[in-house]
Amino acid sequence: MMNKMLFFLLLTGSSAFAQINISGKILDNKNKPLAGISISLKNTYDGTTTDSLGNFSFITTEKGEQTLEASSSGYRSFEQKINLSGTALTVNISLKELVTELKAVVISAGTFEASDQKKTTVLNPIDIVTTASANADITAALKTLPGTQQVGETEGLFVRGGTAAESKTFIDGTLVNNFYYSSEPGLAARGRFNPFLFKGTIFSAGGYSALYGQALSSALILESIDLPTQSSADIAISYLAVGAGIQQLAKNKKSSWGLSYDYTDLRLAFKLIKQKPDYFNVPVLHNVDANFRIKTSKTGILKYYGMLGSTKVGFRYGDIDSAGMKDAFSLKNINMYHNLSWREKIGNGLKMTTGISYSTNKDDIHSEFQNENNQKQTLTTPILFAYKNFDVATHGNYANAKVVIEKRLTGLSAIRFGSEYNYSNDKTEVTLYNAKTVETVKENLVSGFAEADIYITNDIAAKVGTRAEHSSLLDKWNIAPRLSLAYKLADNSQASFAYGIFYQDPEKRYLPSAANLDYAKATHYIVQYQKLSNSRTFRTEVFYKKYQDLFKTTANTGKETAVSNKGYGEAKGFELFWRDKKTIKNVDYWISYSYLDTKRDFLNYPTEIEPSFASKHTASLVVKKFVTKLKTQFNGSYTYASGRPYYNIRYDNAASAYKIYDAGRTKDYNSLSFSVNYLPNIGKANASKFTVIVFSVTNVLGANNIYSYNYSYNGLNKQPVTPPSKRFFYLGCFISFGIDRTENAVNNLIL
Amino acid sequence: MKQTILSTLILCLSIATYAQSEKYVPAMKKNIAMLDSAMQKGNAKELANNFERIGEAEKNQWLPYYYAAYAQILITYTEKDKTKVDPIADKAEELITKAEAIAGKENSEIAVIKSMIATAHMGVDPQSRYMKYGPVAVSNLEKAKALDPANPRPVYLDGQQKFYTPPAFGGGKDIAKALFEKALTMFDTFKAESELHPSWGKAATQYFLSMASK
Repeated sequence: MMNKMLFFLLLTGSSAFAQINISGKILDNKNKPLAGISISLKNTYDGTTTDSLGNFSFITTEKGEQTLEASSSGYRSFEQKINLSGTALTVNISLKELVTELKAVVISAGTFEASDQKKTTVLNPIDIVTTASANADITAALKTLPGTQQVGETEGLFVRGGTAAESKTFIDGTLVNNFYYSSEPGLAARGRFNPFLFKGTIFSAGGYSALYGQALSSALILESIDLPTQSSADIAISYLAVGAGIQQLAKNKKSSWGLSYDYTDLRLAFKLIKQKPDYFNVPVLHNVDANFRIKTSKTGILKYYGMLGSTKVGFRYGDIDSAGMKDAFSLKNINMYHNLSWREKIGNGLKMTTGISYSTNKDDIHSEFQNENNQKQTLTTPILFAYKNFDVATHGNYANAKVVIEKRLTGLSAIRFGSEYNYSNDKTEVTLYNAKTVETVKENLVSGFAEADIYITNDIAAKVGTRAEHSSLLDKWNIAPRLSLAYKLADNSQASFAYGIFYQDPEKRYLPSAANLDYAKATHYIVQYQKLSNSRTFRTEVFYKKYQDLFKTTANTGKETAVSNKGYGEAKGFELFWRDKKTIKNVDYWISYSYLDTKRDFLNYPTEIEPSFASKHTASLVVKKFVTKLKTQFNGSYTYASGRPYYNIRYDNAASAYKIYDAGRTKDYNSLSFSVNYLPNIGKANASKFTVIVFSVTNVLGANNIYSYNYSYNGLNKQPVTPPSKRFFYLGCFISFGIDRTENAVNNLIL
Repeated sequence: MKQTILSTLILCLSIATYAQSEKYVPAMKKNIAMLDSAMQKGNAKELANNFERIGEAEKNQWLPYYYAAYAQILITYTEKDKTKVDPIADKAEELITKAEAIAGKENSEIAVIKSMIATAHMGVDPQSRYMKYGPVAVSNLEKAKALDPANPRPVYLDGQQKFYTPPAFGGGKDIAKALFEKALTMFDTFKAESELHPSWGKAATQYFLSMASK
């Protein structure tokens, strides 16, 4: 009984005395108060949440030794042993901020990223296909971003005073050797790859990572999609092409495969839209592709993409060296591409990304000198005419392999290292007049690289890397250091800096060469300021690029051949980019402006001059508006580029040197494009198919754009290089079965 | 003597466990009662922390983490700075994963929260995110209906989505109204497993029904 009484007393007594108040203040490591932080005694109900001034106060009935705990995402958890013995406690706490992707500064100098997740995203994949002037071509969409030139007579990206050859494209880490369709004189070929193949696009206008090399100016880094969310079948019909595809996702959602076929025939299009060249073989293209993707573990995936394509085209254009004569150009191309990549966590916190790609490209070019009745002419006087009949057959074999190992350190810091191997074998057979020459250029490029991402706090980060390469062709080594820094100025603004040295082999078309050549070299310096909010982006960059050891060429043997590394040059400028989804309701637009001041002495330039592919001022405006009632998206884009210089450079036999015989500047370039995407099935409950109808017009206003001028052999005749037709129209329909995108679209609109 | 020690020990133990659940029910009831006015009062964050604390202390109850996740979602409804939504939704995801682990399997109410989390992520940038989060939001709502056909909450949320969707896109007030009416009749017959199990949504359904009837 006595015992019981005592126990009862003890029980009531303790609860009466043990009301202890715990209070204090929670600050971050910069002494700013933290609101909304949960503070509690571990494994008890007792605790509270800090107020807007970081203060907290709560009462507990616990006693003895307890653990006081404070936690919030983005901060290192705080724990402290306390002894509750009847008196009120005051505990002031400082929480250390963790380096997290959401808060950390982003190393972004020189880089534009298009993905659907990252906060640095400037464009997303949908933007690429809905940019009015792009017609679903990846590089055409990138041409609305600062740093790119509006070169329309050849394919490729001309970035910050660099040539198209100075830009390289990578898919899942490995180099793509023939990203574009084969070149035709005076025309810019499209990219071979469908933009829907990729979930992420990184466009670097300079200062890119040590993981990539062999590009003096720019790297376009594409990441292919992983498993599809559902099985589906697609049909595409336009007046240019028909295509069909299937994607099959396994029941266990661990693997998928797909196949598609496209047939393009421009006969109808060229009947409706008059083309300047006279096509005797209207372009016909066949394209088959296949893919599979297999999840190899929770985090690993093996991906394959392969493509086989053929192109046939032939057209005549007026011969520049004679009156009434014509040149008939025809091209047959077969291209095959395979890419296999695998990424997997391999234990010990290591992540491996590896890929191999193999491709072949075969071009058969036949050029004939014809009279006005399209009959072949074989003239030998003047000797110049003898060379107007020629055949060129090129056959390239390319293999690339790459492995990158990543080790995550604390926070976001990581080290990466790996190796890359690029093999190329280019065989060229030229039949000129009656002589045939066969030349083969082989290259084995072996590279090793290492890179570290160092996040000191959320406010300051650095990426430091080095790349070393050895070329069997040049039999030389190079070592290229790279450095990027980023510093956060405020919550949504940051400054970045990038520096790097970049090396590149001579272009294969200027080889083989008897000269002892070295790599061409570029050094980049980039300073960037960026301010990002959810619906607005502003960024500006200033850059300086120094070119050394550029290739000089002569045509003494009849073929333009690299003879030395005595070329040089520089490029400097600034760029602005502004995107705004907020100011005008339901309208999303972006503006870019580039100022470029560049000069170089390379190839056959007699001295350091402004290159013919560079405009001083380039600006683009892209506007997108979705009108719900009409189920239609309207897209417009306008591009302006100031006139580009052009030259007539010929060899002066008397002076034994190249000389500028004539020069000028083209008029300014203007193009307004417009496109409409109509989605008739959107929102229909249980629609079994999803349809998009696309109509687009490029150069609506019909501006007479001139890209450059071609000169006759003697320099007396000068002809403008213009787009093949003033305007181009596109009308097509895409139908997707299986995937119920309708629901997705509905969800898109409810918010 | 031995006997006494043993019985005292048993007594103490039973008091301890009794005390714990004694504390659990009132604490949960008190916080659940405050959830209805959390959006007006702006104390959702505090409630989320309270529920999480109970979850941490209780270890084998899934409901505290469930409500903690739900309260996190309520924060996103009033958060004006969209850049802050992702970490909150991630936190909700972490909490609902804990709830599911304790519950042992997915249930209708957990699927409802998963749908709401996906919708919150999507709301940050609908244009570019609907491809990823749209199907997650929809499939979880469908799963919630399938796991418990009597649960009115997925029907109410479905109605809410239709309410904000223009008629041209398969939404509209009329379709939404029918769903709200259906949800209301379901709320009238719905019987929560216990007084602590989810029963929220009726007042919101009534509010949306009045809006849809205008």
